[in-house]
Amino acid sequence: MSAADRERVAVIDACRTPFMRAGTAYYDLMAWKLGSYAVKGLIARTGIDPALVDYGIMGTVMADVATTNVAREIMLGAGLPGSIPAHTCTAACVSANIAITTAYDMICNGQASAVIAGGTEFMSDPAIKIGKRYRRFILDYTMFKRPKTLAGKLKLLKGMKLKDFFAVEQPAIGEYSTGLIMGENADRLARRLGITRQEQDEFAARSHRLAVAATRNGKMKKEIVPVVVPGTGKAITEDNGPRADATLERMAKIQPAFERKYGTVTAGNSSFLTDGASAVLLMSEEKARNVGLKPLAYIRSYAQAGSDPWEELLLGPAFATARALQKANLKFSDIKVFEIHEAFAAQILANIRYMESEKWGRERLGLDGKMGAVDMERINTRGGSLSLGHPFGATGGRLIASCCNRLREENARYGLVAGCGAGAVGNAIILENAQ
Amino acid sequence: MKYFTLEKTKENIAVITIDCPDGKVNKVSSGFLDEVAAIIDDIKNDKSVAGMVITSAKEDNFVVGADIDEVKGMQTAEEAVVYISKGHAILNELEKMKIPVIACIHGNCLGGGLELALVCNYRMAVDSPQTVLGFPEVQLGLLPAAGGTQRLPALIGLTTALPMMLTARTLRARQAKRAGLIDELIPPYGLKQTGIKKALELAKSGLPARKRKRSFVNFLLESNPLGRKIVFAQARKMITRQTYGCYPAPYAIIDAVECGYKKGREAGLKKEIELFGKLVVSPQSKSLTNLFLSMSDLKKNPQKHLARHVGKLAVVGTGLMGQGIAAVSTSVCDTILMKDVNLDAAAAGMKEIWKSLEKRTKAGAMLHFDRDVQYNKLVACDDYALFVNTDLVIEAVFEELEIKKRVLADVEAATGEWTIFASNTSAIPIKNIAAGCKRPQNVIGMHYFSPVPRMPLLEIITTEQTADWVTATALDLGIAQGKTCIVVKDGPGFYTTRILAPLLNETILLLEEGAIPNELDRAMRRFGYPVGPATLIDEVGIDVGAHVYEQLGPMFSKRGITASQGLKKLLAQGYKGKKNKKGIYNYDLKKKKGQKMPDENVYDILGGNPRRKFDEELIQQRISLMMINEALICLEEGIISCPRDGDVGAVFGLGFPPFQGGPFRYIDNTGAAKVLVTMESLEKQYGQRFRPARILGDFVKSGKKIYSGK
Repeated sequence: MSAADRERVAVIDACRTPFMRAGTAYYDLMAWKLGSYAVKGLIARTGIDPALVDYGIMGTVMADVATTNVAREIMLGAGLPGSIPAHTCTAACVSANIAITTAYDMICNGQASAVIAGGTEFMSDPAIKIGKRYRRFILDYTMFKRPKTLAGKLKLLKGMKLKDFFAVEQPAIGEYSTGLIMGENADRLARRLGITRQEQDEFAARSHRLAVAATRNGKMKKEIVPVVVPGTGKAITEDNGPRADATLERMAKIQPAFERKYGTVTAGNSSFLTDGASAVLLMSEEKARNVGLKPLAYIRSYAQAGSDPWEELLLGPAFATARALQKANLKFSDIKVFEIHEAFAAQILANIRYMESEKWGRERLGLDGKMGAVDMERINTRGGSLSLGHPFGATGGRLIASCCNRLREENARYGLVAGCGAGAVGNAIILENAQ
Repeated sequence: MKYFTLEKTKENIAVITIDCPDGKVNKVSSGFLDEVAAIIDDIKNDKSVAGMVITSAKEDNFVVGADIDEVKGMQTAEEAVVYISKGHAILNELEKMKIPVIACIHGNCLGGGLELALVCNYRMAVDSPQTVLGFPEVQLGLLPAAGGTQRLPALIGLTTALPMMLTARTLRARQAKRAGLIDELIPPYGLKQTGIKKALELAKSGLPARKRKRSFVNFLLESNPLGRKIVFAQARKMITRQTYGCYPAPYAIIDAVECGYKKGREAGLKKEIELFGKLVVSPQSKSLTNLFLSMSDLKKNPQKHLARHVGKLAVVGTGLMGQGIAAVSTSVCDTILMKDVNLDAAAAGMKEIWKSLEKRTKAGAMLHFDRDVQYNKLVACDDYALFVNTDLVIEAVFEELEIKKRVLADVEAATGEWTIFASNTSAIPIKNIAAGCKRPQNVIGMHYFSPVPRMPLLEIITTEQTADWVTATALDLGIAQGKTCIVVKDGPGFYTTRILAPLLNETILLLEEGAIPNELDRAMRRFGYPVGPATLIDEVGIDVGAHVYEQLGPMFSKRGITASQGLKKLLAQGYKGKKNKKGIYNYDLKKKKGQKMPDENVYDILGGNPRRKFDEELIQQRISLMMINEALICLEEGIISCPRDGDVGAVFGLGFPPFQGGPFRYIDNTGAAKVLVTMESLEKQYGQRFRPARILGDFVKSGKKIYSGK
């Protein structure tokens, strides 16, 4: 059986909540609630009988200990039958991408015929740990040692300083293996590939400009399910990340955020902490046909890739795309719609450098030469994570939604969704227009 | 044994499990009591028994109360006294048992069930939202008659007990624990074992002393005769203010409780028995009981097999009605679309629903997660894009035919052949809305009453074209929403609005003749309406009333009845009622002695100055008979299929005095001949509108009651 005869996996619909800067409109919510809104919206949009769904997979990065399998709470919270199992997957910023490709695998394998996949991220209330010494003290005191005598209790206090009781551990944002914060690595990458501050700022400004335009001309509306935060009586319908005033001049004035002295990566040309969720309904072609649902697109292929955490931390899109194209037996020039995650302007420009480079193509991506020339008119034309925001676990679902809608509107055949994640992993999905 | 299983455990604890045959609930009945008596004898004779546990075998109830059919069958006070005395004797025996008696309660523990629990030494209840304790007797025109009026105040204090019995307010497990009604909250399942363990413990240690915590004010009120006198006086005053003395049961409850405090437990119990005998045969109790039974009847869908599941519901128009409909659907449907002209309007509706969910959560009636799940079912939208595969759409948009027709057309375009379109209109004939649509067989009327979560009635209106599965599905949804549904035929104003219109018309006519609104209100309150007609006009809205007139006017004028133009005139002057603070009453003036002040300008607009007094009975007859006669005509025309539906509709939709049982029960109680005579004399004096319905004459001629044989 050739790949062409095989039952195809269809993207029926994809949607997301509006993405909100952390600490703003979603402040009083929780990750699972955001996820539920996205899933509920998906159910309402498609009109699918919830009982037809076989499985749920949701990505998340900064997991809330109260809801460790957040996917399950999301599905239950959206009122889906308890008989539908769900699991949470985490793979840094490609969590949702991998949730979606796992769903694809499940459908290909016949494990399921309809899966909801996506992700959720809630950065308005990240888990902050108390310091390790104090944590140890509490654990020993109440669980592990449980001293009975006063002397025993005092012994636990030995060596502890007053500040230990107040110190908190920052949520880990650094790369565990290299010790570098991601922004520092972006600076390193920019220097290595000669990406200038000017280039980065221009790209970031472009992202904002395009996002603002897509919001204003109503194109963004299609992928968004409005959220009404309980008790507010106000509908949130748009992202609050894109800024109309994000001009190049203003960008240029911002101080470097990571390497203060020599760095070029700033808060302006990096993505920001964001709350949001996304959901995608994937189905086998046959099931979709049987229940009368029209697909937006089919997943033609996907690939994952790992690279060197020191030098290629953020180059996942380049690595994964090369493989996904091979699997789909397509040329780079066949892809007309690009939706690539924008962690940093430096990162996406570096990926383009890799894609357009003979040298890196041959040496690192396993190609004969360069992957191809990137047409800037086709990449992230509705803005990207730099402007719309980047809820880590959810961005992949947004990229899918945006790619599917663009395929339709631009009447293109193939589209690419790609992202990179901490630990130097990448994921690329090639979509084929179902029309 | 038919009603119980009795088991003696190896620890010498007698476990009595209540398991009434035929049905999902346990009810107290004569047979039930006989068996309890036998069990008590057995246990008393067995000296080895160290303790006793009473529990239920039913899934979600302990005992729901007395068997209403049995109570209803009692024809004389004596019969009732014999029945209830037996109950008293048995409960007294149980109370006197020397061994610890433990009640393990889960689910409903109401009326007689609670009275059984009250004679136990120790009450344990499962900590779950399903556990509910209370005395609903007053709703049937009765009092808690198996010692409830004596033992409840003794246990939880007068100031807590009295309102519980007077308003039929129920307590959930935690509230009951706080009030001292139960001694201990226990986890679900394994009740028998839990009970045995407790019985053994109490057999060893003796009963724990109960300490009731009460506020200083309650202490002052409860602990001495003077304080109690104030409580009783206040309670009577409140009852009179609220019911105008139409209902004897609340007074009887106060009398019984007071007697117990003044003359002791024994005298109190005697008083209770005596009052029960009187109440059981009172017409008020008969009417209320019949209503209750009609309501239970209507909780069943005779065409359930035709009904389709409503998973996706859409509400178009999220104002007060729309959000109310959505609010009662969150526990029933999977997805509820909140469609309005803009998202913020829909969001505002969702806010109200959230508030009520939040309130129920805070009260312990639902869990946080369930609250969120139910809220999450609401999806705001401002177009019809999401309507794909919607099972049922209810429109609650502005009452204008053209707008409703447009909504129907839009919905039809966005949905398919299995989507039902229901209109929540109160007066526009459904067939006019359906005229020219693609799928008239899918169009139905679902007339909810405002505020939807509180009003129990749903009037379902079918046209000649409405498909049976559509009716069955609407009925199923209504029942699931907790509504009492009547299915009526299409026509101007259907049933409820149609019988209300003549009542409002008569009110306006009386005002035009010079009546004072407060007097009309007072007269009708004394007749038993919960709201006077002048106040009702203001609350419903003069604009709404005028609109109803417009819809119904042609039908009435065909019968030679000219409607008053009063509402139209008022509306022309900008009067809309309470909503714009311009109504029959003046909402800017302060109330005088609790009385609203009429708007003097209304007098000028309506005419009839100077104001004069009307005989109260004449007011009551004129206003109430307009409604009653119209109900008869509806039965005659087949708008309603049976008197039961007519009675339920009038009482639960329009506030027809419940103790009268409804328009048809009223005629039966008063006598058709007498009603006919009154009607005829009114017709002579006031003209055509009082011409009695033909079937009224038929009933008089045949000498049959409307509810013949029942």
